[in-house]
Amino acid sequence: MVTIGAVAGGTARDVVRAQLTGRRRDVRGVMFKVALQLSLLTALLILVVLLVTSLVEGWPVLSGRLGEFLTSRTSTQPGDAGISQALKGSFWIGVCVVVIAFPIGIGSAIYLEEYAHKSRLTNLIDLTIRNLAGVPSIVFGILGFAVFVKTLDGFTGGKTLLAGGITVAVLVLPIVIITAAEALRAVPTGIREAGFGVGATRWEVIRSHVLPYAAPGILTGTVLALARALGEAAPLLLVGAVLGRLGSDPGWFDAGQLQEQFIAMPTIIADWAGLPQQEFKGELTAAAIVVMLVVVLLANTAAILLRNRYEKKRHGL
Amino acid sequence: MSDVSARTEPVQINPPDSEVADIEVLPEQMVFRVEGLNVYYGDFRAVRDVTIDVRQREITAFIGPSGCGKTTVLRCFNRMNDLVEIARVEGTISYHGVDLYEPAVDPVEVRRRIGMVFQKPNPFPKSIYENVSFGPKVAGMKDNMDDMVERALTRAALWDEVKDRLKSSAMGLSGGQQQRLCIARTIAVEPEVVLMDEPCSALDPIATARIEDLMQELKNDYTIIIVTHNMQQAARVSDRTAFFTAEVNPESDTRTGILVEFDRTETMFSNPADERTENYVTGRFG
Repeated sequence: MVTIGAVAGGTARDVVRAQLTGRRRDVRGVMFKVALQLSLLTALLILVVLLVTSLVEGWPVLSGRLGEFLTSRTSTQPGDAGISQALKGSFWIGVCVVVIAFPIGIGSAIYLEEYAHKSRLTNLIDLTIRNLAGVPSIVFGILGFAVFVKTLDGFTGGKTLLAGGITVAVLVLPIVIITAAEALRAVPTGIREAGFGVGATRWEVIRSHVLPYAAPGILTGTVLALARALGEAAPLLLVGAVLGRLGSDPGWFDAGQLQEQFIAMPTIIADWAGLPQQEFKGELTAAAIVVMLVVVLLANTAAILLRNRYEKKRHGL
Repeated sequence: MSDVSARTEPVQINPPDSEVADIEVLPEQMVFRVEGLNVYYGDFRAVRDVTIDVRQREITAFIGPSGCGKTTVLRCFNRMNDLVEIARVEGTISYHGVDLYEPAVDPVEVRRRIGMVFQKPNPFPKSIYENVSFGPKVAGMKDNMDDMVERALTRAALWDEVKDRLKSSAMGLSGGQQQRLCIARTIAVEPEVVLMDEPCSALDPIATARIEDLMQELKNDYTIIIVTHNMQQAARVSDRTAFFTAEVNPESDTRTGILVEFDRTETMFSNPADERTENYVTGRFG
């Protein structure tokens, strides 16, 4: 109860001032805020430590022979070893994801969100997809080995880059579906109703209004899925990524390498990290990690820039 | 009820519970005949037994407290409720004698003839020009889009304000301008009927007055049905008024909308037949 009255020697103004300026101590609030700040700080600290230790450890390679490191083949000699083939392997795995997981994933999401009648079956499908997204990647590796290496070896050629690429594409497919479906769900009902209200068909509403509106969200989700795909080692190792020396090193855009044996960035890191020589498990591994982080960061940055551009367009700026 | 599409002779229309009757209205002047309309969301009955006639080139207002089903009924007129998966419609809504809910009826074609303006202005996040041209484009109207856009914006009393920035985004317009743009977008496809779902509820009084003037203008060419929370607005703009209210179902604690009274607007506001209508329009309830 606030009482404002003339106190001995004071006016109403003084009393109100005293009440308004007497700040209460909010101890719990302050503690909560500090706890949140500490959490954020811890997360950032771990990332920074990871990056700095990798940079420091890989520095001899990164500063001494970066060009050579990026363009040389694998080698048993630490001084000659490079990641040229691994970069190309990862590039083609990315191509597989873009070509296979993106259209199938986005298409499934559009169907589920815009066309399918909500029923027990669609709920079950939704639940299954969400669970699949949480299945450990090694399980997808086993599936890839059984299906894409063994059963379909006439198509993939066995333990090839293609088998690895398809396996990883299947691995990230649920993530693509979930993020695309969420982006579609975020499209305001008003936009759909406006489209239907002037007599557009479902297809016209989706093409002209729903997809453009959802595009930034879909894009962000797909690029995050791509980043995840580029970082997966376990399924590739199961599908038969080469450990040790890989002979051939075709050009970047030579699609023939899809039918060849392969290595990729995460597998070469796993490989080198397990070798006994200090040069391999130390500076070369660290240098490869830094290169991979740079590639993933570049992809994410590109996605964020594109998304911002789309979003600005959406808000009419 | 199923033979409404075959009706050809003049019929006598008596607005329910009313002394004043319009004798011998030709069916051609009647745009909609709603008979025994029930709308369900799943098992829940949202609207019960609504019977209403809507005449050509008149403004028909639906008034009533929140949750009385007036928007639900409005959204049946252009099959917008189809978009709600659990919604189910019983009874007939015939449009010039054709039941809109016949299986062979294409809702897309229905919505082209029966346009809708929504409660919250919902322009597409695109240019002003694209907002207006989208409807005609999907309707396959190809000849001279620029003229068509100008005509629609002029009719919606927005042309002078936007003619120099047709290519800029509709999101940069004020709320009142956005709503007039939505009206322009609706009439650009040259519908016969315009449904308005509380079109002024998000607008200030000046923007509201502009929209109301515009409705009087549009009445010369279009049949308008407007849902409004605002009784004064219904009294100012409409020719006929339907008053809805909600009945509480004692066993399930849900509310079902019913039509209490439907008559000429003057009668509804000066001499309503039903006590509930009188209580509502005099502000004693709702």
